[in-house]
Amino acid sequence: MSFVPGSDAISQIISIVFYGVFIVFIFYGQRLQMYVMIREVEGSLFKLKYIKEEGRKTAIETIKEIGKPQTDPTARVDRYLEYFTISPQSMDPAGIVYKLDHILDVRDTRLKDEVKLMAPASNEVQVNNLENTLEAAMALNFIYKVVRHYYIQGKKTLSLYIIMQLQMILPLVMKEAEAYASALKAFAYGQPIGDGAGPLVAAKLMHGYETRKVPKDCVVASVPIEGRNAFIIKAEGPGGNVGKPGDAVKTVIEENKGKIASVIMIDAGLKLEGETVGEVAEGIGAAIGGPGVDQYKIEDAVVEYHIPINAVIVKEDIGDAVSPMRKEIADSADKVIDRVKNVILERTKEGDNVIIVGVGNTIGIGQ
Amino acid sequence: MSDTSQSSAPTKMSTYLLMIVFIVLALSILSLIFSVSAFVEGNELVAGYLLVIGFLAMGLAGYVLFQSRKRVASMKIEAPKVMTTIECRKCGIKSTREFQRGDFVFKDLDPCQKCDDKMVITGIFKEVKEKEKTYGF
Repeated sequence: MSFVPGSDAISQIISIVFYGVFIVFIFYGQRLQMYVMIREVEGSLFKLKYIKEEGRKTAIETIKEIGKPQTDPTARVDRYLEYFTISPQSMDPAGIVYKLDHILDVRDTRLKDEVKLMAPASNEVQVNNLENTLEAAMALNFIYKVVRHYYIQGKKTLSLYIIMQLQMILPLVMKEAEAYASALKAFAYGQPIGDGAGPLVAAKLMHGYETRKVPKDCVVASVPIEGRNAFIIKAEGPGGNVGKPGDAVKTVIEENKGKIASVIMIDAGLKLEGETVGEVAEGIGAAIGGPGVDQYKIEDAVVEYHIPINAVIVKEDIGDAVSPMRKEIADSADKVIDRVKNVILERTKEGDNVIIVGVGNTIGIGQ
Repeated sequence: MSDTSQSSAPTKMSTYLLMIVFIVLALSILSLIFSVSAFVEGNELVAGYLLVIGFLAMGLAGYVLFQSRKRVASMKIEAPKVMTTIECRKCGIKSTREFQRGDFVFKDLDPCQKCDDKMVITGIFKEVKEKEKTYGF
């Protein structure tokens, strides 16, 4: 009996195998596709686990090296990695910014206190760097746990759609995790990161001038630029710190009774694929990321006193923003200064007061 | 910054996987040997089949081994080489060295050997050699 056309036995067997494979794919194609996806997610999860473990190890080693603790900090670090923050209730959104601000303040104080207990021998700069290191390790831990959650859920329910969603966003998740892994090393060694583009420009402008502290964790210097009086603001370095530029800008505006001709904000901005790292762009608005509290405060203050707000950004991707600063970004600081001077010349008059804010993490950048 | 050059990476691949790869490799070699002996005995059809099976199995084992090695290699988190630029603002002498823990931008260093003014760190950066792909746009 012949199942398929063809004379010899080998052709018959090959044809039967072919039909068999075809039938199997009709009924189990989706399941096979899912197994391929699961395998892919599994590989990434394995890598995430390794990155997370490396992060934890780096954090513990850095604490031991810098903080000289009396006891082993491992248990405390593990507890730290599991910390969470509950955002305020938003059913009645009125006043939510200040509630969020308060919660973030409490979190910051709590985490800093924990670091001081873990690393008693460290100074303020080192405490800030260690806090940043632990936060990067915390982010890696969180990413790993979320991916693992969906992976296990997908496997348990054998739901193609859970696995598919996870597999689709995985390249972006991996990119972010790799960026945090790179950040961890930078924080541990106190190296400037790409996000420090703003503070670097501010530091270049204020270097050599007297600085004073302004709330919270920021410094300000009064610098003459093109015949104007510029108040340069940045987070206090060189420890890992973003400060609270919202409070600092508000304080300086109020000190000058609103007589500010322009606020110019400098920050690192996310670039689109195809754009060059270190490209400088100019625009309008409060250039500041984060949870939005500082942006709200700055916008509130400039609206109250009708102050124009300008922004200059240095383009980079998320990986560049949290890893050691690339040469292109460091070199762009001079271009940003030229742009800022242009804005000052075109938008303000001689003798005016202007505020220039360098927004970002000032790790590895003094003043 | 010698201690930051590279983090430790997992050096071992799964022993279970390694065992399977080596068994398949051994069987493929056996198949090739049998193929040669079948050819000598004049059984050309069997020799041909054994030859194909042997090479296929060997290729498969090699591929799995290569893929696993690649995966282990991609696990490494390479710490980039970070450089520090030191400058004397007075006489303009500029030098670059590897980053050392404690360096920060605008940190005052030892006096300049030429003019005795303080040397200052003016830049800390990493150099990325590979160019980003733009896919023709």
